[in-house]
Amino acid sequence: MERRNRIKLEMLCVSENEAIARNIAAVFVAPLDPTVEELTEIKTAVSEAVSNAILHAYGAEKDGSIYLEMEADTSGKITIIVEDRGIGIEDVKKAMEPLFTTGDSRERSGMGFTVMESFMDKVQVDSSPGKGTKVTLIKSLDRIHGF
Amino acid sequence: MEITFEMIDDILISVLSGELDHHSSGEIRDTIDHTYDTFQAKHIILSFEEVTFMDSSGVGLIMGRYNKVRERKGKIAVVGCNEYITRILDLAGIYTIARCFVSTKEAVAAFEEGGEGEIWNAETE
Repeated sequence: MERRNRIKLEMLCVSENEAIARNIAAVFVAPLDPTVEELTEIKTAVSEAVSNAILHAYGAEKDGSIYLEMEADTSGKITIIVEDRGIGIEDVKKAMEPLFTTGDSRERSGMGFTVMESFMDKVQVDSSPGKGTKVTLIKSLDRIHGF
Repeated sequence: MEITFEMIDDILISVLSGELDHHSSGEIRDTIDHTYDTFQAKHIILSFEEVTFMDSSGVGLIMGRYNKVRERKGKIAVVGCNEYITRILDLAGIYTIARCFVSTKEAVAAFEEGGEGEIWNAETE
């Protein structure tokens, strides 16, 4: 139960992988005894980060990769990194603002980072134009509920 | 993700089922819009009762349908949202454009009563 673990995956940037990525995250976290709430929050945050990468990272290029890395330490702290080697983000602060979107504002909520920040303890975004984007999601599982 | 439809008067009831994400939302959006146009509906009810997962794509889906019904002076309602869906909709402030009901029956009743236009859908401009 208290053992550490780490997994790293490479996937093609196609939208089918949103569901695969979040379900892999759920399978990774499940043995660490999360609450249903924590599990849903982690799945949602991963879905948002991977969707962002699929939508924005590689533009018209269809064979870019997304890297999903998950790590759990012995204290129940989960670190999930979603990384791409795509076009990067010029203004990270602006991209993280609620409702900001570069897409069709009639159909896109621009709430991805806001949801990630609300559902995780910490969200760190490292990006610069041409250098890709690395989103780090951190959450410490609340172990008090355990028996 | 699957979707089924029912029409009651000029209300299109869209029952979503499964996982709603960016991948599935495109097809769902097109299906709703096509059905809305085909049956010349005015209002839309989106039922999330059978939605097992939703991320912020759901917000985009509601926003887009809101813009669509507005063209026909219609309104939009969401029903059967679990606590996670509610949290995401709350974050996005979606309740300024869509009203939330426990059940489709309640939403239909509210549409048919009418008379709550200003409170229901505040003008955004």
